[in-house]
Amino acid sequence: MTSTSRETPVEAGTPGPHHDPVDLTSEGAQEMVPRQIAGGTEVLREVGAVLRMSEAEAAQAPDDGETTIINMGPQHPSTHGVLRLMLELDGETVLRTKSVIGYLHTGMEKTGETLTYLQGQTNTTRMDYAAPIFNETVFCMAAEQLLGLELPPRAVWIRMLMAELNRLTSHFLFLATNGMDLGSTSMMIYGWREREEGLRVLESITGLRMNHNFVRVGGTAADLPDGWQERLSGYLDTLPARLEEYEVLMTNQPIWRERLQGVGTISAEEALALGATGPILRSTGYAWDLRRDMPYLAYDEVDFDVVVGTYGDCFDRYAIRLNEIRESIKILRQCIERMPAGDYRLQDKKVTPPPRARIDESMEALIHHFKIFTEGFKVPEGEAYAAIESPRGELGCYIVSDGSSKPYRMHIRGPSFVNLQVLPHLMRGGLLADAVAIISSVDPIMGEVDR
Amino acid sequence: MTDVDAPATDESVAPDVAPETETLHGAPVTRVRGARVVHASRDQLVSLVRDLRDEGWLQCLDVTAVDFLTHRNRTDLPAGVAPERFEVVVILISHEAHERLRIRVQVPESDPVVSTLFEVHPGTEAMEREVFDMFGIRFDGHPDLTRILMPEDWHGHPLRKDYGVGRIPVQFKDAPRR
Repeated sequence: MTSTSRETPVEAGTPGPHHDPVDLTSEGAQEMVPRQIAGGTEVLREVGAVLRMSEAEAAQAPDDGETTIINMGPQHPSTHGVLRLMLELDGETVLRTKSVIGYLHTGMEKTGETLTYLQGQTNTTRMDYAAPIFNETVFCMAAEQLLGLELPPRAVWIRMLMAELNRLTSHFLFLATNGMDLGSTSMMIYGWREREEGLRVLESITGLRMNHNFVRVGGTAADLPDGWQERLSGYLDTLPARLEEYEVLMTNQPIWRERLQGVGTISAEEALALGATGPILRSTGYAWDLRRDMPYLAYDEVDFDVVVGTYGDCFDRYAIRLNEIRESIKILRQCIERMPAGDYRLQDKKVTPPPRARIDESMEALIHHFKIFTEGFKVPEGEAYAAIESPRGELGCYIVSDGSSKPYRMHIRGPSFVNLQVLPHLMRGGLLADAVAIISSVDPIMGEVDR
Repeated sequence: MTDVDAPATDESVAPDVAPETETLHGAPVTRVRGARVVHASRDQLVSLVRDLRDEGWLQCLDVTAVDFLTHRNRTDLPAGVAPERFEVVVILISHEAHERLRIRVQVPESDPVVSTLFEVHPGTEAMEREVFDMFGIRFDGHPDLTRILMPEDWHGHPLRKDYGVGRIPVQFKDAPRR
């Protein structure tokens, strides 16, 4: 074995597959060949997992009486929006899968080229509509990299607080839909209830339940409102008991475990090769969380744990998200305690509009306000990539600037888009009934997949 | 540095000289706001990414492209790299070094073809399909180079700068013509 990646000893605290290599069996070592030898096809059990066939070809496929190609979605309650799957079935067993996407494609990256840096986050916030704060933050971080801005601490902590609150609502949405997909309709109601209460807190801060447009280049749109601590801690106080209820309702329930354990497994090698990030990668035991491993905002100053799984199955992905809620609560409590005083945005005339009160008394402030909102501000030429840990994985934003006030190119690396590629590999050899559980555990948001 | 006449003894001059020599597997490297950017040629790309993977750059996070049609004179390319209309951008991550690496590949308009990274990182399949769909850059050796976001029978590549926004009638398959 010559592979460097596999032979590196795994120490505590370093990322890497933490489970031991599988023991020898009578058939020899049950390990995969080193990645250097294996091509893409071999690493992925390529033969058979991905269905690569156009609709026309599928229609003309000869009927051999053994396999059928069926269509699931795009209008199917369990496909989380408009995901469409072409499933090749042998009886009830799924052989190959092709995910057909693009039903929600609205050319948002093209639109991004026509919006100024002040308007850009109104566009990106609509991509992953379950986690809008993250989309706004990553766009602003990329723009700030180009501008070379250093934010005041309060702006950084407000962003972190909003992001973690948004992570809560996003994971509650997952728990709700996951329960719904698996027939636990009471879980759907509970998850939705908790999410809605979280959105109410978000609304009290930003004014909107979703698509906030709250994070701006140079800070945030507004300061936290009076009484935010009480409102937020009131919400957080209700959660631990409810999470315990979930444990009773789902985690400890035999039917729930039966439906999820051992279903849709993936190894760390496969997840890495397919570019999967977030809970899917962590469910394989690979401890990689950008918040801890490549800290941004102020995540290096707060205390939290990275939750990892062991088997890479649907149950691990469910349990990781459930426990990440607990970790987010921890971070939120630290945010309440340690929120620094100061300004919520950078006082840099280049990017910050003047305070509203100044506009009434100063002609210059009015002109300044007008110029910033019509022309925007110019961003130096260059390119930048910023990435953060969204509830679904690495959310990246790549901006190329030509020196004008609009991005020359704005690209979002949507974790759902990339993660969707693991679907065929999770499905392969499973039952059709498990397909719903697997789609749900990948937690794709189609707005981000199609952009 | 405001004092331009200062003797070139300290590191004030070093940044002008050092980037010229920095290379990674034979490809010139520039540093942009703390991030390393490798400017590989099309021929180098696959072997470079393979070598890097074996050195611990285990994951390919993103493959995207930029159309520089209306912004030809960019200044951030190192000497010896001629700007072309298209640029394919590959982003790798090393979990051991806690670092990301960007690879920028110049792709000429006359022959927009790049070798696929599928054999090295199978996860690039969907991203390369997206680049093909949006920019018309073809990936040699890709297992299924078809449109991914736009309809199968769509004409043109929307993210190209010369794509007429709003001037193309919406296309629907089998819609009766009037």
